[in-house]
Amino acid sequence: MDLFEHQARQLFEHYGVLVPRAEVADSAPEARAAAERLGGRVVVKAQVRAGGRGKAGGVRLAADPVAAYLTARQILGMDIKGHTVHRVMVAEPVEIEREFYLGYALDRAAGRFLAIASAEGGMEIEEVAARRPEAVARIPVDPDEGVTDAKAAEIAAAGGLPAEAAPTVRRLWRVLTEQDALLVEVNPLVRTRDGAIVALDGKVTLDDNARFRRPRAYAADTADDPREAEAAAKGLNYVKLDGHVGVIGNGAGLVMSTLDVVASRGARPADFLDIGGGASAEVMAGGLALVLGDPDVRSVLVNVFGGITACDAVAEGIVRALDTVTLTKPLVVRLDGNSAARGRAILAARAHRLVHQADTMDGAAARAAHLAA
Amino acid sequence: MAIFLTEHSKVIVQGMTGAEGRKRTRRMLAAGTNVVGGVNPRKAGTRVAFDDRTVPVFGTVAEAVATTGADVTVVFVPPPHAKAAVTEAADARIPLAVVITEGIPVHDAVAFQAHARARATRIIGPNCPGLISPGRSNAGITPADIAKPGRIGLVSKSGTLTYQLMYELSDIGFSTCVGIGGDPIIGTSHIDALAAFEADPDTDLIVMIGEIGGDAEERAADFIKADVTKPVVGYVAGFTAPEGKTMGHAGAIVSGSLGTARAKKEALEAAGVRVGATPTETAELVFALLADTGDAARHRSGR
Repeated sequence: MDLFEHQARQLFEHYGVLVPRAEVADSAPEARAAAERLGGRVVVKAQVRAGGRGKAGGVRLAADPVAAYLTARQILGMDIKGHTVHRVMVAEPVEIEREFYLGYALDRAAGRFLAIASAEGGMEIEEVAARRPEAVARIPVDPDEGVTDAKAAEIAAAGGLPAEAAPTVRRLWRVLTEQDALLVEVNPLVRTRDGAIVALDGKVTLDDNARFRRPRAYAADTADDPREAEAAAKGLNYVKLDGHVGVIGNGAGLVMSTLDVVASRGARPADFLDIGGGASAEVMAGGLALVLGDPDVRSVLVNVFGGITACDAVAEGIVRALDTVTLTKPLVVRLDGNSAARGRAILAARAHRLVHQADTMDGAAARAAHLAA
Repeated sequence: MAIFLTEHSKVIVQGMTGAEGRKRTRRMLAAGTNVVGGVNPRKAGTRVAFDDRTVPVFGTVAEAVATTGADVTVVFVPPPHAKAAVTEAADARIPLAVVITEGIPVHDAVAFQAHARARATRIIGPNCPGLISPGRSNAGITPADIAKPGRIGLVSKSGTLTYQLMYELSDIGFSTCVGIGGDPIIGTSHIDALAAFEADPDTDLIVMIGEIGGDAEERAADFIKADVTKPVVGYVAGFTAPEGKTMGHAGAIVSGSLGTARAKKEALEAAGVRVGATPTETAELVFALLADTGDAARHRSGR
C-alpha cells in the first residue's frame, strides 16, 4: 500500500527526520486557514498517489492565504493520471540551497534492500540513472547489520550527499524496517540555506503482509476505488480495471492469465478478483456479488481450476449468490479440476437462463467477451 | 532422477499438527511422500495418526533431522511465526525448506533467505504450492491426481497456472514441477530450476511460467541463451495488468516501465524460447516441439 505524501511526512517526523511544517486541507477555506497558521506564504500540494504532480500543475506556490484559497480551489477536484485530488497539503516553503535524492528499495534478484542516493535530486531518479548511471549510487544493505552510523556515512558519501545527511540516512532505514516498508523515497532531500537537511517530499510503500504487526493502522480510505475498499474489507484480492468483462478465478496467476485471454478475444476486463486457494461457497458468493455490483460489468467470467479449491463449493457459491442477487448480466462459468463434475452438475441443475457453462478456458473467455460486446 | 525431490527424500512437516497441516500431510502421504516426522515443541513425543500409519512429532527440527535423517522440510507455519520456523530449519542444516505459507512480511523473508543462504539451505517459496516429482514424492499442496510422471520439467511463479498446464499436459507428464512462489523475495529462482532441469537426465523439455513484476524472467532468458540446451516453452501472465497495482501475488506488480509482461515475453523470445499466448496455446507448443524433437529426446534418454 502506498501512503500519501502527508502520511509519509508524518512518519518521517515521528522518526526525527526534518520536514517542513504542514497541514492537510479538504477544502479551499481550510487551505486558507492553514496558510494563515503557517505564516501566509505556502506551497499547496495535491495529495494523490501518482508521480508527476508538479508537471500536472498539482504543486503551486501561494503568496498569501487568499492565494492559497484560490490555488486549493483549482487543485481540489483536479485529475492527475486518473487520480482525483480530494485533499491538499499546505506547507511552509523552504529556502533550498541544493537538492538530493535518497531512497531504500527492494532488490528482488539479490533478496535484500538497496540504499539509493544521488546528488541529482528533484528529477525522476529512473531518468537520472538512465542518462548518467554513475550519478546514482546503489549500495546493498546487509539485513543482519542494517544501516549503522558507518554505513550511513558510506551511503551519503557514495551518493554525493553532504556528511550531515548521514543521520537522515539512518532514520529513514528505521522507517523502512520498523514500519515494514517496501519502499522509502525522499525526492528531493534538500539542504536549506541555513544548512538543515529536510525531506521535502516522501513516498512510502508499506508491505500489506505486515499489517498484522504494524503499530498504526491505515484506514481503507487509501484505496483508489470504493469497490477496492469493499473488497479489502472482505479480505478479497480485487483490482478495478477499465473494461466490461468481470473476471473471477482462483489463484493470482490464473486470474491474470484469464484477463489476458479475455483481452485477446477483443474485450477488456472490468475487474480482477482472485478468490484464493480453497475458497468456500461464502467467499465465492461474496465475490460474485461484488463484481455484479460494478456498473461497468456487462458479462462475468468465472474461471476456476480446482487444485485445493473444490469446484462444487464454487458452484454452491454461485447458486447462493443467484438466490440473493437478481442476475441481469450473463455469467460464463468454466470449472475444471477438483470436483469439477459435481460443480457442473450443481450449475446445470439450477438451470438459470443467464448462466452459461464452458468446457475450456479459451472458450469461456471468447463467450464472455462476445456477451460483453 | 527428477530435481530437488525424489522417492528417496525424507520429509518433515513444520506445522503438521494444525488442521491445515494435517490435511496437507495426509495428501502428501497419499501421493507417496516419505513423511518421517512433524515438528511442534508443545506436542513433542506424540504421534499423529493418518489413514494407515502414525507420524512422530519432534520438539525441534534439529531433533527431527538427527532422529530421522530428514533432508526436506515443508513449512505450513502461519506468517507471524514463519521466520522463526525457517531460521530453525536452516540452523538444523536441512538441505531443502519448502515454504508454503502465504503472507510472510518481506523483511522477514529477506532475513531468513540470507540466513539460509549462509547455511546452504535451499528455500523454495514462500507463497508457493511446493514441488512434486510425480509418482515419487510431493512436498507441498500440488494436487497429485493431475500430475502424471513424464519427462517435462515445469517451473512457475503461480500455483493454479501450474495446475492448468499440468492438466493440459497430463498425457505427457512431468519429471518435476516446481512452484517457486509469487512473492517478491523467493529462495529458488527460475534460473535455479532451469539449471537443475538442464542437468537432469530425466527431463527432455522445460516449461517456464512467469508473470509480471521484477526481472526474474529477463534474467532467466539470459541464462537460457547462454546455458540451456534443452527446448524451453514459456508463458507469461499479466499483459492486461495496470501499472502500480498488485495483482493478487505480492510480487506481481508493474512499477513504471519495469516488470511488464511484454518485456518478459520479448526477452524470452529473443533467447529462443517459444512463448504461448494462452495456457492452452503453450501446451500446444509443447506438443509440437516434442513431435519435432521426439527422436532426439528418445535417443538421449536411451529409450
